Amino acid sequence: MNKITEEILKEITDWDGIFDGAYSLREDGECISFRNSENIRIVRKEDMPGIDIYISAAASAETVYIPACVTKSDVRDKVYNDFHVQSGADVVIVAGCGVHTDSEEGSSHNGIHRFFLEEGSHVVYKEKHIGIGQGTGKRVIDPVTYAELGDGAVLEMETLQLHGVDTTVRETKAKLAGNARLIIHESIMTSGTETAKTDFEVDLDGEDSSVDLISRSVAKGDSRQEYRSVINGNVRCKGHSECDAILSDNGQVIAMPALSATSTDADLIHEAAIGKIAGEQIMKLMTLGLTEEEAEEEIIAGFLGA
Amino acid sequence: MLSLVDVKLDLPEKENLIKGVSLDIAPGKLTVITGPNGGGKTSIAKLIAGIFVPTSGKIILDGEDITQMSVTERAKKGIAYAFQSPVSFKGVTVRKLMSISAGADMPEMKMCRILEKVGLCARDYMDRDMDSRLSGGEMKRIEIATVLARPARYILFDEPEAGIDLWSFASLIDAFEVLKKEEDRALLIISHQERILDIADDIIVINDGIVTQKGTRDEVMPTLAKSGARAYCPRGKEMF
Repeated sequence: MNKITEEILKEITDWDGIFDGAYSLREDGECISFRNSENIRIVRKEDMPGIDIYISAAASAETVYIPACVTKSDVRDKVYNDFHVQSGADVVIVAGCGVHTDSEEGSSHNGIHRFFLEEGSHVVYKEKHIGIGQGTGKRVIDPVTYAELGDGAVLEMETLQLHGVDTTVRETKAKLAGNARLIIHESIMTSGTETAKTDFEVDLDGEDSSVDLISRSVAKGDSRQEYRSVINGNVRCKGHSECDAILSDNGQVIAMPALSATSTDADLIHEAAIGKIAGEQIMKLMTLGLTEEEAEEEIIAGFLGA
Repeated sequence: MLSLVDVKLDLPEKENLIKGVSLDIAPGKLTVITGPNGGGKTSIAKLIAGIFVPTSGKIILDGEDITQMSVTERAKKGIAYAFQSPVSFKGVTVRKLMSISAGADMPEMKMCRILEKVGLCARDYMDRDMDSRLSGGEMKRIEIATVLARPARYILFDEPEAGIDLWSFASLIDAFEVLKKEEDRALLIISHQERILDIADDIIVINDGIVTQKGTRDEVMPTLAKSGARAYCPRGKEMF
């Protein structure tokens, strides 16, 4: 791997020179290294770029890493990764992507991830996106996620984008069977002229399925963010979406949380709040000895869970 | 010594809020500011903390004029202020807030000792966010704890009794009594509560933006009682 990949890995996966257990490392559109473990098997797709990751029922609190690094300009990376999680497996998937540009040419990464969680499986999915480099070329990351959760399966997704990505369009769709749970925490900070658009659609098709969708965004400078979520409650189920946004400078945020129920037993709720950092929050932290800038940083870091 | 010298304050929404207040807050003492609602007590605390800047007059801290100093600079000089209404922070944990206040990561044992003073168990609270999922009373107690965590020399508490249950309030009184024995620290408490007035060394009465009385507790308390202040109290335990 090259030095820029090392730099990206450190930030998006806390890599310290080695991955424990199974991993697949992608650099500039190619899988440059991978390793299986006893319970996690990674197989390259024959007909398209990408991998199938088979996680056996015996996997317990195991971690698999699948980071993607774009380290130069003029790379258009599109990859299809499918996760097949057997009944009862318990696994952490650390994904994430960094795009580096060094000229006027842009680069992009488009990761299309599909999750198939069998009955009673549990997946924690962590994804961090960054853009780096001195190039003026646009750094683009457009992830697409599709998830099917079997009976009692649990998928916890934590996604974080803090800096450097010029544009992102994030699409997530999920279908839940009975007693399945989907928890999504998304945090995005944009600045300059960056734009971010996120789109969630969740079908609660199984009795007592539930989704908790929490989005936190900070829009600084002249950046713009758009959030759209649709929760479809088709049976007795629980759905909650919460979109909170902090604006500063000329930042813009549009939040469009939507709920749709076709069952009288669907229990759906959404909350959305957009505003600047409260003056009293800054003042309180200043009385604890922070400067105004330090106070803002602490408030934003806490808000985003960064 | 912290001194206000003929301090006046106008705000856009109210002129003559403070009409020329002079007072001294001495280390090693617990001073209580009391008086009717809307009389200017909280404004004085905010003037000392730097949240309000006087229209005229001076604020002197240990011989240094701090009138134009920022809130941050005053905090670094040793002034701490517990807000009357606690501020909520989405995503900021109690542990983080206490550490910011202490100026360094706070060991759990120390956090335990401080939160215990306000009737909270650190294990139950330190990893919770300081937000609306906490009750008003819990937030108020954490607000006070953040100030107790600061190595400050001049500590201001704005109506610490508000929203606190009787048991936690008793612990808080104990904490104030311990603090007031520290000779290098000055406590300034804004309160209507008789139990807080009872442990005061000095009492200052503010009404309509001016100091109407000041002196030791023994000097001021009989006057307060005579003035019939107790008669106006709906609960019978507050002086105003």
